[in-house]
Amino acid sequence: MSFDLPRTRESVQGDAIEPGRAYGFFTDTTLCIGCKACEVACKEWNQLPAEQEAMSGMSYDNTRELSATTWRHVAFVEQMDGAAGNADPRWLMMSDVCKHCDPAPCLEACPTGAIFRTEFDSVVVQQDVCNGCGYCVPACPFGVVDVDEVDGKAHKCTLCYDRLKGGREPACAQVCPTDSIQFGPLDELIDRAHERTRALHDRGETDAYLYGVPDSPGATGGIEKLNAFFLLCDRPEIYNLPAAPTLPSRRIAPAFGASLAAFAGLAIAAAALLGGGRR
Amino acid sequence: MTRAKQSPQRRLAHFLRNWSLPRQVRGADHRSSAARSEMSEALRPRFEQAEMVGTSVCPFCAVGCSTRLYVRNGQLINVEGNPDSPVNQGTLCPKGAALLSVHTAPSRLKKVKYRAPFSTEWEEKPLDWAMDRIAALTKKTRDETFVRTLPDGTIVNHTLGVASLGGATLDNEENYLIKKIFGGGLGMVWIENQARVCHSNSVPGLGAAYGRGAATMAQWDLANSDCILVMGSNMAEAHPIAFRFVMQAKERGAKLIHVDPRFTRTSALADIHAPIRTGTDIAFLGGIIRYLLENDLWFRDYALAYTNLATIIEKDFRSPSEDPSNLFSGWNDRKKSYDQESWQYVGFTIPSALAEHYIDTAESFSELTSRLHDHPPREDPTLQHPMCVYQILRRHYAPYTPEMVEQVTGCPKEVFVSIAQALAENSGREKTGAICYAVGWNHHTTGVQMIRAGGLVQSLLGNIGRPGGGILALRGHCSIQGSTDIPTLYNMLPSYLPQPNAFKPQARHYDQFLDDETIPTGWWHNFPKYMTSLLRAWYGDAVGPQNEWGYQWLPKLVGDHSQLAMTLAMNDGLIKGLFLLGQNVVVGGSNSRMVQRGLAQLDWLVVRDTETVESASFWQKGHLVRDGEMRPEEIGTEIFLMPAELAGEKEGSFTNTHRLVQWHDKVIDGPGDSRSELWFMYHLGQRLKALYADSSDEQDEPIRNLTLDYPIRNARGDIEAESVLREISGYTWPQREQLSSFQALKDDGSTACGSWIYCGAFPENDRNQTRRRNADGPDGPGTHLDWAFAWPANRRTLYNRASADPEGRPWSEAKRLIWWDGEEESWDGNDAIDFPPDKAPNYRPDWSKKPEGMEAIRGDEPFIMMPDGRAHIYSPSGLKDGPLPTHYEPVESPGGNLLYPEQRENPVAKKFEREINPLHAPGDPAYPHVLTTYRLTEHHCAGTPTRATPSTAELQPEGFAEIPPQLAREIGVSNLDWITIATARGAVETRALVTERLHPLRLDGRQVYQIGMPWHFGWEGEATGDIANMLTAAIGDPNTSMHENKSLTCAIRAGRLTERRPE
Repeated sequence: MSFDLPRTRESVQGDAIEPGRAYGFFTDTTLCIGCKACEVACKEWNQLPAEQEAMSGMSYDNTRELSATTWRHVAFVEQMDGAAGNADPRWLMMSDVCKHCDPAPCLEACPTGAIFRTEFDSVVVQQDVCNGCGYCVPACPFGVVDVDEVDGKAHKCTLCYDRLKGGREPACAQVCPTDSIQFGPLDELIDRAHERTRALHDRGETDAYLYGVPDSPGATGGIEKLNAFFLLCDRPEIYNLPAAPTLPSRRIAPAFGASLAAFAGLAIAAAALLGGGRR
Repeated sequence: MTRAKQSPQRRLAHFLRNWSLPRQVRGADHRSSAARSEMSEALRPRFEQAEMVGTSVCPFCAVGCSTRLYVRNGQLINVEGNPDSPVNQGTLCPKGAALLSVHTAPSRLKKVKYRAPFSTEWEEKPLDWAMDRIAALTKKTRDETFVRTLPDGTIVNHTLGVASLGGATLDNEENYLIKKIFGGGLGMVWIENQARVCHSNSVPGLGAAYGRGAATMAQWDLANSDCILVMGSNMAEAHPIAFRFVMQAKERGAKLIHVDPRFTRTSALADIHAPIRTGTDIAFLGGIIRYLLENDLWFRDYALAYTNLATIIEKDFRSPSEDPSNLFSGWNDRKKSYDQESWQYVGFTIPSALAEHYIDTAESFSELTSRLHDHPPREDPTLQHPMCVYQILRRHYAPYTPEMVEQVTGCPKEVFVSIAQALAENSGREKTGAICYAVGWNHHTTGVQMIRAGGLVQSLLGNIGRPGGGILALRGHCSIQGSTDIPTLYNMLPSYLPQPNAFKPQARHYDQFLDDETIPTGWWHNFPKYMTSLLRAWYGDAVGPQNEWGYQWLPKLVGDHSQLAMTLAMNDGLIKGLFLLGQNVVVGGSNSRMVQRGLAQLDWLVVRDTETVESASFWQKGHLVRDGEMRPEEIGTEIFLMPAELAGEKEGSFTNTHRLVQWHDKVIDGPGDSRSELWFMYHLGQRLKALYADSSDEQDEPIRNLTLDYPIRNARGDIEAESVLREISGYTWPQREQLSSFQALKDDGSTACGSWIYCGAFPENDRNQTRRRNADGPDGPGTHLDWAFAWPANRRTLYNRASADPEGRPWSEAKRLIWWDGEEESWDGNDAIDFPPDKAPNYRPDWSKKPEGMEAIRGDEPFIMMPDGRAHIYSPSGLKDGPLPTHYEPVESPGGNLLYPEQRENPVAKKFEREINPLHAPGDPAYPHVLTTYRLTEHHCAGTPTRATPSTAELQPEGFAEIPPQLAREIGVSNLDWITIATARGAVETRALVTERLHPLRLDGRQVYQIGMPWHFGWEGEATGDIANMLTAAIGDPNTSMHENKSLTCAIRAGRLTERRPE
């Protein structure tokens, strides 16, 4: 390099990005203005193609979902009639992203070792290893990983692995106008997030809770924590997040149980119907 | 993403080499390097490949975000927000985030596209050929249409045959050359830019209140506010990075209030959202003013000392609230305008601080204003005098009760009162509040007065000139403030000097012009220094006292030459040739059919832009062709579509929304034959000078004598932009030694200065202050005085003398900004002081000596541009529609005026009534719904270039209109169905986005639906849609000719345009 690398916010804060330390995102939805700068910055940095589709009609969400070529997705939830017990109208906005789960279901399902945990504790699909088997796709409880139609490989957010190696925060976190997306060492982020939740509660915003920090919704079913976690103000399903994500290895037994229960339920219902018919 | 295909063998070998399982089985930690592939090992960020990193400024809105451009092999490889900038702190909005794609878009213009008259196709042409042809056409049209004198002998020296539109997206240096060459050289008066239709109301709106027509505070200072009222603005969407500081304030406990017809992304983040019917802002703000006065919640110590609240007005004055006609006193029914005599301070005629200081008076204007030397305006500090401003204000706003506010605006009374209380609670000695507004207060026939009303609230609350307090005008283009300061606007010369008007008899000679336009007291007393220095900068040694400093060479106005009037003049065949410099008027101009017909009438049209814009392809794909009105073969306009450059591809300065003049470097060349406007204007100017070189005609003297000697810096022919900024900033003549301040300017020709308020931006030959990039650290004062340059004289908070009390002490420790240092006998503080630095608070004019200029301003009068040093709660002159903001209905609205039944709409609103511009009658049942137009965060203005850039186009891929569910049910449409919206001007088809965010309002006992339509869309690019401006009308604010596209009426039905409604 023949130039002085511009100072980054990390270096200004004396907070360099160190291999061996866990990093992640704290996405605080109470600060999100739904501008989608994160989506654009992600595509620009990662050179992901745009998808030109018709408008969705789902509020201002024309991105629709995370995919092989969309690694940040801003969801819009209009609650103008004061839904969920709120007196005031709300328009919830939330920038969704790969959760970089710990442990990670996609990594667990990957037979090739293409998906691995980096020195920053993020989860990355290594493109030179991935053979496109797609096992990771159903393994992900969040619907994040996706196989690209063009190159046949699995893709998702890398937590800007390359930028972290160069000492710079991910593109979406840098660009975010209101710091709704915060990047940093995970332990610090979790502390900050708890503090933030308390502050919101003190202000009367008692709906606020964390999704994905240890021992919280989102950190369930064998997933100890989400390295990209969220501050939410309504049930996870409202944001299209699972109420209780589960590692695939944990899913087999409960799924078996659930099937049994469902079978039993159906049998009882059928019996009841038949019984009613006789009357 | 890597998408290269490899052979199966190579892939297998690579896989085996990189398969992590064997290594993991050997026991290596899966978080260690065990699972890392070769690609992961070698991975490095792309920016490390850069050979050069340059600093630029985002070319979209007026926030002024600093960017870093990373270049390798002459190609951009990355663009990011500059973390060092105090404006954006490394962040960007989605448009700015897309800049790499914007620069490198395959759809960018690279060659000149030429369309011959009546042709059906484009041809590619060499740049030189186009430049020669354009120069020849310009000369031909100018010579054919030039007018030297009017029939009565008045010298006008102008052409009405050539026009120029655009400038708000351009550099200050480019705007300067446009105004200088087109105006000062060729005598064009039709010179306009986006500012006219974006924020022109801000200039008189703020100027008449405080003296300068600009935002009073810096964006970052919002973080210090205790309460922020966002009104007439969808700030989170239109100015996301400025909203960053609103969020910072909110996190520190500030209250955020959004008053808006729609529930937007701004409302979603606000503590209170107050829905109002569009166009009723003055009723709402008038209600606030009444509430503050009647409950005695205003900041008495501030307002009594620093405003004209105690000043006594002529006894004949009547307000519309008192007079049964619901008009102000002075209405002249024959002229359909106001005589302003009865509006004046008792015993005085007060000139306005606006560019046009002169007003029509029966006696000699300069003689009347000269009485300002005699004694200060009469006051009653007890506020008991029935004609003092305070008592007038109370009477004027008496009808604006909370109940009336609810009836007129539709905002529930309780919500209104909670807002009034929040504003009052967060003002005073210890606290400050800010108002952020944008085009929601501009796009009305009462827009100037809406902004005045906001200013009035802030004056009463003592929020001007203080940390965290003020009015932030949020402008829409990167240099729309700059293109207003260095105006590509018809009615002004640089730095708010008036363009002379042929119909002012006093303006026929320079000395009379100076006499009338020079305000005897206050800062504007320096007027002759600024005017003469400008003429010296333009015409050099060719002018002097012997030829009135070239005053006669300046083209004289003969009427309204604003953008709306320009559109009509094109339709009338008066304008033959048009330059469109970065303004997509087919999408952005009111009554787009009228615009398109006007373009089709032209002999020639030059369009300079980065992408193919609708204004260039109207002959091919526009509504005239679509509707069968004209075929391309019938359109005779000769069109040059020229590729333009973006910031970063050229160097120069933008002035952001808070007057911050920021330099952007040239980092790369633009693609192909793309060139800057600086290049274009310079080389066009040189060609024209050559064409006129041998002329001995008197009318060609201005272009022949125009100074145009800027050094060329490279083989492409770019000139040194800094040499233009040096001239703008000013130097001695003829030595050309840079001046450090406008205080050094002289009226004897010994100084040259292109724009006096920018004086000091380039104080030494090698010191470009606009290029400074040192922000305050976390422990600094936070005024960032070493980041770029703010006009005037690097002052960040205007009128900051008001941050201290009359004795010069900060109002409170919490709100310190500047203060009087008695020992040093000077002002001190964290900002550059907006006051004479050694004028003591206890200074009093000696009226026996007939003080002049600043001698007449006391040490406790902070508003130095005003003749009386005070903020004008009451504006005795300068505004055509009255001294106090008054609620009048939009020209098109669903009903009558509950506050003023005898006078429904602004009596002096400009209506450009023509067959092609029909207006709806009030309450016309054929057009029962309210229509408002607006922007989205994902697109920029008329959609150039965000609709053509894939990463932004996909975010809002189609045009739409937002309608409430109740209305959707009534007309039988579901979400995403096609709907047709119609006005008397035209009809458009678009998608319905059915949303409860646009909820119906009660008005006068009935339900009123509001329909919202973003106006970004057009037929070019990837994200397309019908043009909302097909529906809008040419109607104007009386002061500025600003349109009223925020408040119209319309009809709506299900289905597409071609589907007929069942009979």
